[in-house]
Amino acid sequence: MKTNHKFLLIASTLALFLNCKNNSEGQEDTTSPTVETQTDNKQGQAFITDDESTPNVLQIAIGSKDHSTLVAAVQAAQLENALVNAGPLMVFAPTNEAFAALPEGTVDNLLKPENKDQLALILKHHVTPGNYSKDFLKKFKQLGQASNQNVKVEVKGDDVYVGGARIVASISAGNGIVHVVDKVILPEN
Amino acid sequence: MKNLFKISIGFLVIAIAFTSCNDGKSSKSNGALSSNAAEKVYVAPGEHDEFYAFISGGFSGQLSVYGLPSGRLFKVIPVFSQDAEKAYGYNEETKPMLNTSHGFVPWDDAHHPDISQTNGEIDGRWVFINGNNTPRIAKIDLSTFETTEIIEIPNSAGNHSSSFVTENTEYVVAGTRFSVPIPQRDMPIKDYKGNFKGSLSFISVDPDDGRMDIKFQLIMPGFDYDLSHPGRGKSHGWFFFTTYNTEEASTLMEVNSSQNDKDFIAAVNWKKIEEYVNNGGGEMMPANYAHNVYDEETHTATSTMKKEVRVVNPLDVPGAVYFLPTPKSPHGCDVDPTGEYIVGNGKLSANLTVHSFTKMLSAIENKKFAGEAYGIPILNFEDVLAGSVEQPGLGPLHTEFDGKGNAYTTFFISSEVVKWKLGTWEVVDRQPCYYSVGHLMIPGGNSQKPFGKYVVAMNKITKDRYLPTGPEVTQSAQLYDISGDKMELLLDFPTIGEPHYAAGCPADLIKPRSKKIFNLEDNKHPYAAKSEADTKVVRSGNIVHVYMTTIRSHFSPDNIEGIRVGDKVYFHVTNLEQDYDVPHGISMIGANTSELLIMPGQTETFLWEPKQVGVWPFYCTDFCSALHQEMQGYVRVSAANANTPLKWSLGEDIE
Repeated sequence: MKTNHKFLLIASTLALFLNCKNNSEGQEDTTSPTVETQTDNKQGQAFITDDESTPNVLQIAIGSKDHSTLVAAVQAAQLENALVNAGPLMVFAPTNEAFAALPEGTVDNLLKPENKDQLALILKHHVTPGNYSKDFLKKFKQLGQASNQNVKVEVKGDDVYVGGARIVASISAGNGIVHVVDKVILPEN
Repeated sequence: MKNLFKISIGFLVIAIAFTSCNDGKSSKSNGALSSNAAEKVYVAPGEHDEFYAFISGGFSGQLSVYGLPSGRLFKVIPVFSQDAEKAYGYNEETKPMLNTSHGFVPWDDAHHPDISQTNGEIDGRWVFINGNNTPRIAKIDLSTFETTEIIEIPNSAGNHSSSFVTENTEYVVAGTRFSVPIPQRDMPIKDYKGNFKGSLSFISVDPDDGRMDIKFQLIMPGFDYDLSHPGRGKSHGWFFFTTYNTEEASTLMEVNSSQNDKDFIAAVNWKKIEEYVNNGGGEMMPANYAHNVYDEETHTATSTMKKEVRVVNPLDVPGAVYFLPTPKSPHGCDVDPTGEYIVGNGKLSANLTVHSFTKMLSAIENKKFAGEAYGIPILNFEDVLAGSVEQPGLGPLHTEFDGKGNAYTTFFISSEVVKWKLGTWEVVDRQPCYYSVGHLMIPGGNSQKPFGKYVVAMNKITKDRYLPTGPEVTQSAQLYDISGDKMELLLDFPTIGEPHYAAGCPADLIKPRSKKIFNLEDNKHPYAAKSEADTKVVRSGNIVHVYMTTIRSHFSPDNIEGIRVGDKVYFHVTNLEQDYDVPHGISMIGANTSELLIMPGQTETFLWEPKQVGVWPFYCTDFCSALHQEMQGYVRVSAANANTPLKWSLGEDIE
């Protein structure tokens, strides 16, 4: 838990630096045509000091070395505070390997500030409002994702596939559950 | 001093500009110091706030009164829960207020306050609020800031799509959240579908004294009716209710009631049903529900059990009810000030759906239906859709309006308020909430004339916003200035219980009518003693009535003898003061109840059942005067079989 917390501090410090850089380069408003998004990386639930509660889905992702790409993506999309919400949130967390399996350049492209909205949509496609174990997910035919699109749930033997991605591990979180998946689940459009 | 203040603020602004990596736009920071937020919420000592805000207490069962923009708490009005501070629900006069068909229920879950209206504008006469758990609607009189009426709602459960008033306070409306067997009966839960029903109650409000009466209940299909709002302006005469669980599931709702891609907003033409009922339509159904009314002259509540209620089958009134398909378990159901737009916030949808009243009417006229549910016509989604706000945030809940063409929607999961334009559906601003916002309130928001200066966001999660107080921390409200193009966070302030919704209005609507005292001459309490000459102690068997008075700084009588163990002693205490803000309190050692807090001119009663022989003191519990500490008395309690004569006195010994 303590380690998680340190990671979090490092991450937020990094985020602050990144933010400064963006501003000095005058890149504001390049990502959203209508909204001047106000984000303050120092405020919000993601930045609360709490080493007593069960780690939330964001802290679990940050604490996992297999999910550094996902964490970088969450930070680039500035979705940290959404992931520490009361939820409940069910996050399908693709591993670094899953991201690496995407066509070359895809991740780098998505991490560019001008693609923030697209990246956010993809990440939201990995989040369900709910908290269901892998076993319980077998009851579903589909899930409604935060991207406003549905993903299919399929059962093959003992395995559960969500949007074509296989659940390889599951970790309970303070505000939901993280299912580690072996593929990035891409929205249809 | 003022200059010094400005200069120091100036320095701070510069300092912040230098030290922060912000781009220098003050509006982009949350910090109060980077703008004049502090000045905007500062109400100088002795000055008054511009707005009243009535914020529901949720699971506290009460309603709290705040000032805006200062966020100062003025009063907690007890409504559905006992309040020892004010003796509400403890004294003999107000116990009947909490009577129900289930007996005395001293708690409820208070959700949605709404202020009475005349001609579509807030009139500041009463606030109505719903009790969810044991379905009730309460009315608070804004001249006394006291709960003066509570009516129980039969055939209802989880009274949640309540208590919203129509444009002239013709009705306060209460919709059931949970469908139940109507009438209640012993039946298997698994037979829910098709057998359980949902009731939507239209409670008429007397235009003179505000007296409530259930005019009719519309008995609808067994969905969950979540929230509602009246039509206004062009849609006056209609009422809109969001529904979920159109699947009619009865277990694991979080999965089973989320199967349908769309649920409905039920559009109810209440004027049509009213006409039907006025012509003898509907039928009286046996029922059992409490109607509790507090009388300001007797200072006493009476509870009457009502034995029937008029129910209406929607199929008997063709053209009165339609279903508007609305995506994904819509929660908030909000109507804009013109009455044209009906916003459904699908809490599992990432988009906001806005229906058009005009398009709805034309679809109805052209009889363009997509089908029916239990005989109620379903309109085509595309035919009634005015537009949708695409991907504005995560977990939309509620929308309010500023009267300038903008709407403000809360998002629970992404924890923010998003401002968007009616008609173009374009998002124009967003501000984070700390954290997980539920309802929001713009003063006058539920009327044709909102006062679009501030919005209050009521948050569900507080965490680190204040000094920590253990695992339980107060819930937090946030005040934003919405007078400009961009919203600006001005203030955090703590709230009581779990604030769900709030109603606000300009202070000037209420201030001049606020009562200062109750006229002693008008006091018609049966046990009032209107002068010290009227005080007495009367025994009838083991029941003893003490007619007592208070004035600065003594009780009359203050010595009583002849009370016996096993007696039931009623202290009826009249406050003889006729001076603003001079209440007296009283409490008796060992009394199994709260103190009394008696306003000038008022009479209140507490019951004391002495169990031990001795001489027992009582005293004034409200610091009333310079000689408050002298305001005390004694009661001599003798054995159950003793012959101590019943005597009382003030200023002389009992011989």
